Amino acid sequence: MSQTDIHSDIQKSILSQQKTENRRKWILNGVLLVLLLLAPFVMYPVFLMKILCFALFAVAFNLLFGFTGLLSFGHAAFLASGGYTTGYLLSNFSGLTTEMGIIAGTLVATVLGLGFALLSIRRQGIYFAMVTLALAQLVFFFFVQASFTGGEDGMHGVPRGELFGLINLEDNLNMYYFVLAVFLGCYLLVQRIVSSPYGHVLKAIKQNEPRAVSLGYKVDRYKILAFVISAALAGLAGSMKSVVFQLASLNDAHWHMSGEVILMTLVGGMGTLLGPVLGATLVVNIEYQLGQGPLRDWVDPILGGIFVLTVLAFRSGIVGEVQKFIRKNMG
Amino acid sequence: MSMIFGVPMAVLYGQLLIGVINGAFYALLSLGLAVIFGLLKIINFAHGAMYMLGAMGTVILFDTLGVNYWVALFLAPVLVGTVGVLIEYFLLRRIAGQDHIYSLLLTFGVALIMQGILTNIYGVSGLRYSMPDVFKGGVNLGFMFLPFYRAWVIVAALIVCFGTWFMIEKTKLGAYLRAGTEDSQLMQGFGINVPLLVSLTYGFGVMLAAFAGVLAAPIYSVTPVMGSHILIVVFAVVVIGGLGSIGGAIITGILMGVVEGLTKTFYPPASSAVIFLVMVVVLMVRPSGLFGKEA
Repeated sequence: MSQTDIHSDIQKSILSQQKTENRRKWILNGVLLVLLLLAPFVMYPVFLMKILCFALFAVAFNLLFGFTGLLSFGHAAFLASGGYTTGYLLSNFSGLTTEMGIIAGTLVATVLGLGFALLSIRRQGIYFAMVTLALAQLVFFFFVQASFTGGEDGMHGVPRGELFGLINLEDNLNMYYFVLAVFLGCYLLVQRIVSSPYGHVLKAIKQNEPRAVSLGYKVDRYKILAFVISAALAGLAGSMKSVVFQLASLNDAHWHMSGEVILMTLVGGMGTLLGPVLGATLVVNIEYQLGQGPLRDWVDPILGGIFVLTVLAFRSGIVGEVQKFIRKNMG
Repeated sequence: MSMIFGVPMAVLYGQLLIGVINGAFYALLSLGLAVIFGLLKIINFAHGAMYMLGAMGTVILFDTLGVNYWVALFLAPVLVGTVGVLIEYFLLRRIAGQDHIYSLLLTFGVALIMQGILTNIYGVSGLRYSMPDVFKGGVNLGFMFLPFYRAWVIVAALIVCFGTWFMIEKTKLGAYLRAGTEDSQLMQGFGINVPLLVSLTYGFGVMLAAFAGVLAAPIYSVTPVMGSHILIVVFAVVVIGGLGSIGGAIITGILMGVVEGLTKTFYPPASSAVIFLVMVVVLMVRPSGLFGKEA
């Protein structure tokens, strides 16, 4: 056999391998989509929406942490600013349709994200984490003192209103499909971003920043854009959450929330697309189940324990470990 | 009575004193963070929890065993330091070669566990600890009233800060520590037990936090969540000062306490935010921090 034959053989086998892998992916995605569409008939829609909102939050966080390698300890600020803005607008201006309130909340989080990004990228590594944590605390103090947030009580009775002035969102099923549509749109957007040339530069920055710099990339700009997109999506998650629960509270702005989204991403698998979604589903379920049972006062230590275990035993997270396993055992 | 910008001088001095005391706590805590960062290159997110353990430990030791303040001042830091050595040995060491982000997350998990467990047992409303009798009362300095205990906190914190600085900069053990900061592999090659040094350094760093906790027990409200709040402030202090120098950490800590005290006198609503605002300004003007060498 000549060398070109071998080459074309190898190419063929790679192509067919890619094909089966693609087919596998499509089947998996199709099954997941059908499950998501049918889910509200089996489970309580509000609980499902809670999972979707947190899943979006974690997907947003993962774009920055998992793909760009920047650990923000302040993402609660974006979740909360989105939620408070949307809640305030929808409660006080009855002429606004729901999606306008959500867009406004997302915009506020985006601008805040730009501010955070410009300051925090001046420091690297663990300093970056500390700066974002401190900035988020500043935002927390603002929300505590500002009168429109309702302080410790939170902002209650946010009206769900009507989507485009047409679809009544008081109906849980309508609300669910709206949240699902937004979630899927954002998920596809992030998927598109990480597989784009821009996304590859982000991964390069994560793996070796000095080399990315020496290749001529303006690393800071890439980081800032990643941070802003991440903040915007986190804000969107917060905005939707406040509409779903008709409530925006200080819990969303607390550093504890920033820790939770890290845990979701880490447990599910950072730097993978499905990981944060799985992680958010798990953490929300664990919190819910524990909250029902005799261990309800032990949620925090148990979450802390999961943190420690994940870091020690499976750093790549569930999806990451499964991927490793498949690669090892199935070619 | 004399006034400055509409504020009585006595009020100003009082707030300045509180500022210096808060600053002493910031200094002790950021000093411990800097010591740990120097050798381990990690940020100890459990530092606030260790401070809390020191304070809670003092109260619990007194309530259960009747251990008095002076013994607690020694015993609580030693116990907490032991906990620290165990955490380093059983947890942190396992991920020593990995990205430092993981050790940060690990210590965050440890903090959640400690805070959560103690919250379950003691609640969040706080424990009472009465001041030792020696410290009751105070002295009138003419321009202000100085409670004895507050004076003692400042003196004790300064002694410990100076002692730590002296040990690290002037003694042989400190030389090992500084050498380890530069190149721990080379030092291992010279026959120094680096893993032991790492354990002890971590233990010593959290001891400083626990010592601050004991000092805080009689004057602050002692609750399981007291650590997480002060830790975030200390992180801002550390970003302002940089972790590069021991002296820098001490000076920045006290300075920020004073700034906070002054803000409380002249514009109270901003007092809880002012340190974070200073951090923002420093990041804009001098991104590497006041005493920092690298970005």
